[in-house]
Amino acid sequence: MDKKIEVNKEKIDWEENMTVDRILKIMNYTFKMIVVKVNGELVKKDNYNTKIIPEGSDVQVIHLIAGG
Amino acid sequence: MKAKHKLLKEYSYKLGEIYRGYTNRTLYVNISDNTIKEKLVTELMKEKFIGGKGFGLWLLWNGTKDDTKWNDPENEIIIAPGPIAGITQYSGAGKSLVVSISPTTDSVMDCNVGGFFGPFLKFSGFDALEIQGKAEKDIIIIIEGTKGTVRIEEAPEEAVDSYILVEQLTEMYADDETDKRNISVISSGKAAEHSLIGMLNFSWYDVKRKTCRLKQAGRGGIGTVFRDKHIKAVVAKVSGVKGDMNHVFDMQEIRERGRRFGKEMRELDDSQARMRQVGTAHLVEIMNDYDLLPVHNFKFGSHPDAHKIDSKVLKTRFTQGMPDGCWLGCLMSCCKAVEGYEVKTGPYKGQIVTVDGPEYETIGALGSCCGIFDPEHLFECNFYCDTYGIDTISFGTAIAFAVECYENGILNEERTGGLRLNFGNSDAAMELLHQMARGEGFGVVVGSGVRKMKEKFAKEYGADPKFLQDIGMENKGLEYSQYVSKESLAQQGGYAMTNKGPQHDEAWLIFMDMVNKQIPTFKDKAEALYYFPMFRTWFGLMGLCKLPWNDVEPEDNAESDEPAKVPEHVDNYVTIFNAVTGKDIDKHELIRQSERVYNFQRIFNLRKGFGKREDDAQPYRAAGPVTVEEYESRKERYDKQMKEIIGVEPEGKSTEEKIAITRKYREGAYEKLLDAVYERRGWTKNGIPTIEHLKEISMDLPGLIEVVKPYLK
Repeated sequence: MDKKIEVNKEKIDWEENMTVDRILKIMNYTFKMIVVKVNGELVKKDNYNTKIIPEGSDVQVIHLIAGG
Repeated sequence: MKAKHKLLKEYSYKLGEIYRGYTNRTLYVNISDNTIKEKLVTELMKEKFIGGKGFGLWLLWNGTKDDTKWNDPENEIIIAPGPIAGITQYSGAGKSLVVSISPTTDSVMDCNVGGFFGPFLKFSGFDALEIQGKAEKDIIIIIEGTKGTVRIEEAPEEAVDSYILVEQLTEMYADDETDKRNISVISSGKAAEHSLIGMLNFSWYDVKRKTCRLKQAGRGGIGTVFRDKHIKAVVAKVSGVKGDMNHVFDMQEIRERGRRFGKEMRELDDSQARMRQVGTAHLVEIMNDYDLLPVHNFKFGSHPDAHKIDSKVLKTRFTQGMPDGCWLGCLMSCCKAVEGYEVKTGPYKGQIVTVDGPEYETIGALGSCCGIFDPEHLFECNFYCDTYGIDTISFGTAIAFAVECYENGILNEERTGGLRLNFGNSDAAMELLHQMARGEGFGVVVGSGVRKMKEKFAKEYGADPKFLQDIGMENKGLEYSQYVSKESLAQQGGYAMTNKGPQHDEAWLIFMDMVNKQIPTFKDKAEALYYFPMFRTWFGLMGLCKLPWNDVEPEDNAESDEPAKVPEHVDNYVTIFNAVTGKDIDKHELIRQSERVYNFQRIFNLRKGFGKREDDAQPYRAAGPVTVEEYESRKERYDKQMKEIIGVEPEGKSTEEKIAITRKYREGAYEKLLDAVYERRGWTKNGIPTIEHLKEISMDLPGLIEVVKPYLK
């Protein structure tokens, strides 16, 4: 069975040493004003390329614009 | 030119002093009989309607009848800035709100617009300008706020097109170069005379660039009403503008919040939305990446050529490092400009002009929606829309509809006057715009808007009315603004449940709904469609711009309890309102202030024969794939949803069958959304505000009860 994580309620394949930056790339999340939480814990922007995402994580990438 | 003016009426008034954001009087000008008078602002007006759009709607309600049509002399154009408008210590505080009965919706329309006119009107001594009547010949209205005079003058020789007219009048009424900054002009253009999608330009003098700049009250054809009344321009002139013209209750508080906001702009904007560099154009690549950029009349949400018109390209053409605020003190400075542009077509061909740096909506409408990915076309078309007085959003959406009709054989070269209307044909789009200005050819048909084109094509060309309804991107008679809402049910409501028609200024919920999946249930969506439209209505009551609310966000916003609401900025607005007026509201009363006006506008729609559930219906293209081409372009997505959400196996079904299954599900979901939102808003299942709800929000005025009562039986 493939190893998965959930990003904004969508299941995607988990990868070894997966970072927040990698998830943003996979999801094509190019918008800059975002909040990232991994299993409910806030990840600061400075740690997007170092924070390793564990298998089975629940990742929320909250896009903050409510504007347009 | 000025010597040819004929004075029809001059009115002198006593200069007043603004007290805590209000002048406590409005200016009434009737251009049929040349009456000019002052009206007092009552406590009821301030308590229930607050200012800005609220004042405009209340004056329009009292000034017109149930059956007043857009082109009746008794229709009015009301311009009102709001109590916070005119402060310079917090960004985005120079908006005017414009209301009128619209030629495209036959109901109430409201627009917000930058430029200096609103603050200048208030500094002249008036919380609103109410124009009624219809002049026999072209006139201008001149408000000299330093002298205390209002004049109506026939003005036969000035141009009608804004690009020329605004420069002429600014030159004419300024004592010298320095004095030009004290003048603001409202104008429209030739195409507004021959279409129903005319808009108004509000000017200010750009001291650095030494030219007049324009911002647009675009939606719903108020420019058409303006020209139908034979108004060429309204001019406001005020000298000696200072930082505390509003005589606020507590300037220190406003300065402190302004200082905090300024720090955010300086330190965070370059890594967030880059509003100071590119304005709202930054959204082009974002919307394309998220499949939300309208392409080919909203069939698709992205296009491989979108990079040709994105902010990276446009930035190279925008003059950088200029103070591009459309009101004094705005640090967001998003009103970009393209200088030295050589016009390539039409009556101004060869002239070197400064063009408004296209905003996102204009790029979507004139560009991707029409399948045109050429920045030169965007500048050319934006220049002519502005100078001819045409709403870029309605123009682009209307052209895209006509093109799809052409590509489906509903139109042909005989019907378009020889134009081959295909997606990507920028020459044809420009020709239609010039025809609109000349009042001839198929351009006039396009200028009647999508709703009227649908009626004409069905009646005269035998087109299938159902197909036209599905692909015609209008609701309530107003063309959609530029976001694909197919994958966000909440945004479908955010568009089609609006009071004036599908403009995104009431609610933009796509990321919360489609991307973040923060509002999965009908109850969640209904709550969002309660809070955000109410919150965003508040900007229009105040004379504030919405962009500083959420186009930059405090560094610690992510750690707040409700990041999407930007709580620190909400607190800024509560504080500033109290500091201007001396009142003591909290964030809950802020919503209640809006809710009163929001429900009033819904009831105003009812009075005009609209404002019911049936009026909140959406074209199916706003909700899902209409054609085989659309479905198959996102087949994987739709098939997956059919299996996982609808619970139907797509394997073995034809595309037509799958379109029908998807449609049935999505249309059903929208009906459930209507039920949930109406309940949350205190309305019946038919979308009528109940008397109990009106009492609860202290908006049970007798005139309103009288309108809703027959619908509650």
